[in-house]
Amino acid sequence: MIEQFTSVVFLTGFLASMIRMATPIVIVALGEMVTERSGIMNLGIEGIVWIGAFAGFATTILTGSYIWGFLVGGIVGILFGLIMSVVAVEFHGHQIVAGLGIWILCNGLSGLLNRSIFGISTERPTIVATLPTIPIPGLSNIPIIGETLFNQNIIVYLTILAVPLINFFFKEISWGLNIDAVGEQPRAADAAGLRVGVIRTLSACFGGFLAGIGGAYLPLALYSIYTNDISTGLGWMAIVVLVFGKWRPWGILGGALIFGAANALKWRLQNTDLPLPYQITLMLPYLVTLVMVIFFVRGGSGPSALAKPFVRSEN
Amino acid sequence: MIERIQNLLHSDQMGKWVRPFFTQVLIVLLAFVLGGFVILGIGADPIAAYAALIKSAFGNVNSIAETLVKACPLLLAGLAITLAFRAEFWNIGAEGQLYMGGVLAAVVGIYFTGLPPAVHIPLALIAGVLGGAIAGFIPVILKAKLRVNEVITTLMLNYIIILFTSYLDQGPMSDPIIKAGISRRLLETSWIPIMIKGTRFHWGIPLALLITILIAFLLSKTMLGFQIRAVGENARAARVAGVSINKTIIWTMILSGALAGLAGGIEISGVQHRLIERFSPGYGFLAIAVALVGRLSPIGVIFSSVLFAALIAGADTMQRVAGVPIPVVYLIEGLVIIFASIRSIRIRSPFRRKVTA
Amino acid sequence: MANTTGVAVKMVNITKSFGSVLADDQVNFELLHGEIHGLLGENGAGKTTLMNILYGLHQPDSGEIIIQGEKKEISSPHKAVEEGIGMVHQHFMQIPTLTVIDNVILGLESLNSFKLNRARARERLVQISKIYGLQVDPDACIWQLSIGDRQRVEILKALYREVKILILDEPTSVLTPQETTELFHTIRKLVDAGLSVVFITHKLEEAMSITDRVTVLRDGKVVATRKTQDTNKAELACFMVGREVLFRLKREPYEDKQKYEVLRVENLTVKSDRGSLAVRDVTFNVQSGEIVGIAGVDGNGQTELVQALTGLRHVQGGSFWVDGVNLTNASPREILEHKVGHIPEEQNDALVANFTLIENLMLNRHYTDEFSKCGILDQGKMESRSRELIRQYDVKASSEKAIARTLSGGNKQKLIVAREIARDPRLLVAAHPTRGVDIGAEESIRNLLLEKRRQGGAILLVSTKLDEVLSLSDRILVMEKGRIVGEVTREEADIEKIGLLMAGTRTTT
Repeated sequence: MIEQFTSVVFLTGFLASMIRMATPIVIVALGEMVTERSGIMNLGIEGIVWIGAFAGFATTILTGSYIWGFLVGGIVGILFGLIMSVVAVEFHGHQIVAGLGIWILCNGLSGLLNRSIFGISTERPTIVATLPTIPIPGLSNIPIIGETLFNQNIIVYLTILAVPLINFFFKEISWGLNIDAVGEQPRAADAAGLRVGVIRTLSACFGGFLAGIGGAYLPLALYSIYTNDISTGLGWMAIVVLVFGKWRPWGILGGALIFGAANALKWRLQNTDLPLPYQITLMLPYLVTLVMVIFFVRGGSGPSALAKPFVRSEN
Repeated sequence: MIERIQNLLHSDQMGKWVRPFFTQVLIVLLAFVLGGFVILGIGADPIAAYAALIKSAFGNVNSIAETLVKACPLLLAGLAITLAFRAEFWNIGAEGQLYMGGVLAAVVGIYFTGLPPAVHIPLALIAGVLGGAIAGFIPVILKAKLRVNEVITTLMLNYIIILFTSYLDQGPMSDPIIKAGISRRLLETSWIPIMIKGTRFHWGIPLALLITILIAFLLSKTMLGFQIRAVGENARAARVAGVSINKTIIWTMILSGALAGLAGGIEISGVQHRLIERFSPGYGFLAIAVALVGRLSPIGVIFSSVLFAALIAGADTMQRVAGVPIPVVYLIEGLVIIFASIRSIRIRSPFRRKVTA
Repeated sequence: MANTTGVAVKMVNITKSFGSVLADDQVNFELLHGEIHGLLGENGAGKTTLMNILYGLHQPDSGEIIIQGEKKEISSPHKAVEEGIGMVHQHFMQIPTLTVIDNVILGLESLNSFKLNRARARERLVQISKIYGLQVDPDACIWQLSIGDRQRVEILKALYREVKILILDEPTSVLTPQETTELFHTIRKLVDAGLSVVFITHKLEEAMSITDRVTVLRDGKVVATRKTQDTNKAELACFMVGREVLFRLKREPYEDKQKYEVLRVENLTVKSDRGSLAVRDVTFNVQSGEIVGIAGVDGNGQTELVQALTGLRHVQGGSFWVDGVNLTNASPREILEHKVGHIPEEQNDALVANFTLIENLMLNRHYTDEFSKCGILDQGKMESRSRELIRQYDVKASSEKAIARTLSGGNKQKLIVAREIARDPRLLVAAHPTRGVDIGAEESIRNLLLEKRRQGGAILLVSTKLDEVLSLSDRILVMEKGRIVGEVTREEADIEKIGLLMAGTRTTT
């Protein structure tokens, strides 16, 4: 039984699957990072992942195109990012509560649309194939690493690229500086002539966009079907990873790999003949999340103005 | 006469109760109207849907009783959320705490034999209270001792406890004959008696009402309630004045978990009589909306729990008669919560004044 | 002063209200080229609001702004900078986590280029600091800098934007006397280079020593504009307050001659939020019937010292005793129960804005046997006691059931003082007890402290207002970089001496 876990085949499959599972967490967490560094906390991303997954799935079924699937998933995500920012920026609403509202709203909406578009028949439509992998010539032949890193789908490659890019954006590009300024000291940013509301709105929309893309990734690249429990807490894991990674892209990547491993292990374990009830293996990612928050994510210090509304004060 | 009405309109009572009441009614109406547009969007008739909803929730004595049977766990879980949110502890785990209460109540109901009802029923409910309190204690002790974010822990515990329940129902506690994610029947000595014959209206419902009044008293007239409010409104000021924040939130969450656990216990020993996989249709999540629409006031929660109970009670009929899928309930709930984030939660920020003015 | 012909800015009939509060009422203000114009007034007189309007942070309800003879609409700080107006706020408009360079270029670069060009910015910044003698490390993060350095960054920010008009809002309130002198040199240099400066202050000496002209505001109205050489302190004080400003303080001796030690602090060491040592090895005591003042520039460990003594912050090393009981690292409530009162430096840390006055007054005593039985509160007693306190301490409110946030700043502070003093503490720790309150409340709070002292209470007074420390204290300790660097008795204290101590080693280099 032990050899099941030590064989090269198992290890390669496990690592490749870990990367594939970590990818949507990285995408969603990077989006939430941009949102939070501008000062808005969007706890609704779990819901946005959900609706993004449905929108991406439905679009790809209807058009047969992956590109349209991801695009529509992202656009729907923008819509809900916008709702969050309107509540936060225009109405100075309570962001934790509003985020929960968006989560539950998206939950209902995707369930509703799923029922009314695809009906209740057990014959669920499926996407013929998940997003194809693109082996990188030469590199993909390296044992273990080749299969793990260089024989993946396009979204995985783009996500790996996005980490240094977003890092560069916040370090060297004026817009990145502006987002940080608005999230740390909105009053000072305002006095420096930055438009706090506009920057926060755009950041929340970008966060929604990535959450939608991350959602669309689930049916398009992983499962090829849509079910009403497709996300299994991806958005919440992204939030844990964000805090774990101290609001920095490389840290997020590291944290996401841990979750990727837990998720990959979850599926692998179910296909072995270990005498574990399936509920216990399903619990694995949640237990990992708990362990991570308990040991690594304590009282993390995010942006100073996180979740605080900004109003020009009276003096 | 007119003068008296005018006086009433400007009295303190007016400001404290009537205006907020209408605001909440408006929030709910707005959510239903928006929900109606979505229903239109999927090609169904919102008016027919809502008519079916109201009829099946309040149409006759039996349907009213059914609605109130569903309002009971919502009321208790809503109180659980109310207490936690008043202390600014973001307990999203009422669902898990409710399941935990249900599990322990079922254990007592199934395996404790030979007890008279007068002992067995209270014992099952106390087990429920205990289960919820334990589930509520874990995240709060992590928060108090290690500053672990409670939104994440309560949520993860939901997933874990629900999976654990499912494991019990398919494994150690499963009914040897049916076997489909369902436990054996609780012994009849642990069943909460029915109050109105021919319906499922049980004595747990008046008990929940009594508890609501106790919680209202707790919040406004006792030391702990005062401290809960102080910590929630301004934790730093409370701390400077010698109130222990940790002690306050720990007691708050023990109580909050206990209330949610009791909701689960009553549901199992008063309605289901078995531990069923997924026995709650999301009562613990709906409770967030219930608490917010009730403006985090125990008396307000009574009204909002009936409202949301009607929504669940009528959802089936709505789907059958008007072709509107059940998830519309969550859609409306989500909208209500989003609106409530704008109006009904008072945040500590001094900016707030300007916004509501 | 070089060239005082020609008007740089004219503000005509400016009116601005916030809700029901009229901040500025038909204000006329004129700034000439190359002058230093003092804007003098009490807290809440409308000085800052007027200048925030000129800087585009607020829009006036009515009135107009004329720059170089042209009517202008200043809709945002950005517009103000375009018109050549810069402002250094009392609370610096900086992002602590970013470097000096990033703070300077914030909001500028996005217009010119996409990628940040820090090298070019650094070059220009260094050049400007050389011209005006404003030395600052451009690559340091703001949070690492001293207050004086941070102020220089604010001025550099404005100069980097090539402003012609610079508004300084209470710039000396955070500086040592020596740093103030340095700032005044800088201001003169700026004027020599052709800038015009608006200098907001409530300190008469400063208005007299640095300005060319003074405009006095009171309750949102202009009382007078004078050439500084044609006026004097007494006249300005009269304009500012509308009555004589001298405090009528009743400083009577402690009747019981038997003095004993109430607070004893030995080798106390406390860390700041950032983990650095904020209080280093501090030893002192406070006796009954004595006020010990702690003077020092803000941020030299006073906050952490107060928090440690009240149980709000962990003590790393050393101990302290109240009436002989070791209370090191005791909980806030234990300390409170050993008869220690605490007026925190932030009003927000003392009052729950959405609570009634009753609830606020009872916050630190609701649990005592007097007001609760078996965990149930005695509402009647709480109400009647609150009513008494409100009357006795002259807190102006519609009723004891009013919500705390509806009170004025001065009355809120009186409410806090009432709550703490009425518990009859043996030791009262008062941190900035008169910060941000009007003169009337200031006078009555100071008298309440003196009365407490007369009755034998021990008071530890922390304040950055030197005049307050000097007028109330029996002994003065000076804190600098977490250490007590000097102790002077009331008799030997003078501003110059304390100022030198406050500045610490910085003046000796």
